[in-house]
Amino acid sequence: MQVPAQVEYEKATSLDQALALLARYAPGARILAGGHSLIPMMKLRLAQPEVLIDINAITSLRYIEPAGDELRIGALARHADLLAAPVAGEHFAILHDAEQVIADPVVRNWGTIGGSLCQADPSEDLSAAFAALKGSMIIHGPGGSREVSARAFHTGPYQTVVGPDEMLTEIRLPIRLDGGSAYVKVARRIGDWPIGAAGAAVWLAGDLISDVGIGLTAVGATHFVAAEAEEYLRGRPADEESFARAGEIAAEHCRPVSDQRGPADYKRHLVRELTTRVLRTAVRRARGLAS
Amino acid sequence: MKITVNVNGTDYARVVEPRLLLIHFLRDELRLTGSHWGCDTSNCGACVVWLDETPVKSCTVLAVMADGRRVTTVEGLPKRGALDPVQEAFAACHGLQCGFCTPGMMMTARWLLDQNPDPSADEIRTAISGQVCRCTGYENIVRSVLWAAKHGGDGA
Repeated sequence: MQVPAQVEYEKATSLDQALALLARYAPGARILAGGHSLIPMMKLRLAQPEVLIDINAITSLRYIEPAGDELRIGALARHADLLAAPVAGEHFAILHDAEQVIADPVVRNWGTIGGSLCQADPSEDLSAAFAALKGSMIIHGPGGSREVSARAFHTGPYQTVVGPDEMLTEIRLPIRLDGGSAYVKVARRIGDWPIGAAGAAVWLAGDLISDVGIGLTAVGATHFVAAEAEEYLRGRPADEESFARAGEIAAEHCRPVSDQRGPADYKRHLVRELTTRVLRTAVRRARGLAS
Repeated sequence: MKITVNVNGTDYARVVEPRLLLIHFLRDELRLTGSHWGCDTSNCGACVVWLDETPVKSCTVLAVMADGRRVTTVEGLPKRGALDPVQEAFAACHGLQCGFCTPGMMMTARWLLDQNPDPSADEIRTAISGQVCRCTGYENIVRSVLWAAKHGGDGA
């Protein structure tokens, strides 16, 4: 029987109240959103907070809406919300691709976007997707709010720049024209973490790639990004040769480890193949040739 | 901590430890043992209940998180003494073997049919993809949900 250790519980009904509770109880406090990462960690004593601050009642943090040239996602939006939001799918097919393979439909009903990001599991899919899209995170703390690039959000496995008295409140994704995106994951079974996964966002200028973001999941890529492959692609023709070479570069520079999900060389093989595929699909989508 | 949870239309006030999981609150505190306690790791889905309007895995929700909310369990599926079409379907189509996964499967099936009264077999498989039938009786589970859709899937 797995149960969490004893813990105190506070319910916050506003962002200000959540921050005040964090200020009072940090560093022994953890924010409780969907709890679908935190509660399993608590059962295993991998996390043992003294106080849980439940933010589920702060409904003002649950939204997905365009604002100017950005899409804004409240930290308390559920995975199912993101999958169902037409505005997200319309601009960012990569999010739809990723959400279809994150956990399972019942878990997606309650697990939150902010919770997944703050858990910062190296195998978590949205971190790579947001890195590919070059999004940013809004973090609130006692001194106000700050904006951090999705590519600077994670400081290591299970670690982020969110301080003990701070809270992630929003994710912002720039809406840009002439772009397409895609995400593909290979896992052992539905609901499992990926053996490896790749996401790409591509912006075109005629036949050339004007800008690109490539995110890699579960393969030891720094900040979930295939930076060298991105650099190679910028300004190159959006063709099969470029996609294949970018896949090779991504595979060369990631650092997967052998574990129960597969040997490192297989994961490298996946990175090469999946990077090539998502670039191909992203470009087809940018050209309006695929949905 | 004192919580009040509306379960199947009845308010229950109890004093619980914050670490108490919702599945144990339902089974041990309220003696509603229809919801099953399975894998403990949010993989198997035997513990699926509705929190407000959506199915959740109650082994991964704290009872205190349900304070002030509505919970619906398999005991709440029958309406006015009559079995829900989903329950009738599982009986008609042999949708259960050992029965351990059945309450969770039925809660997800009822929710699916509320969203999508005429799902394809693929859509049913996707809906229950986070739930495990260790008897491997998936074919008949899918057949049951299709039957329920045909015979009053809207719960009317």
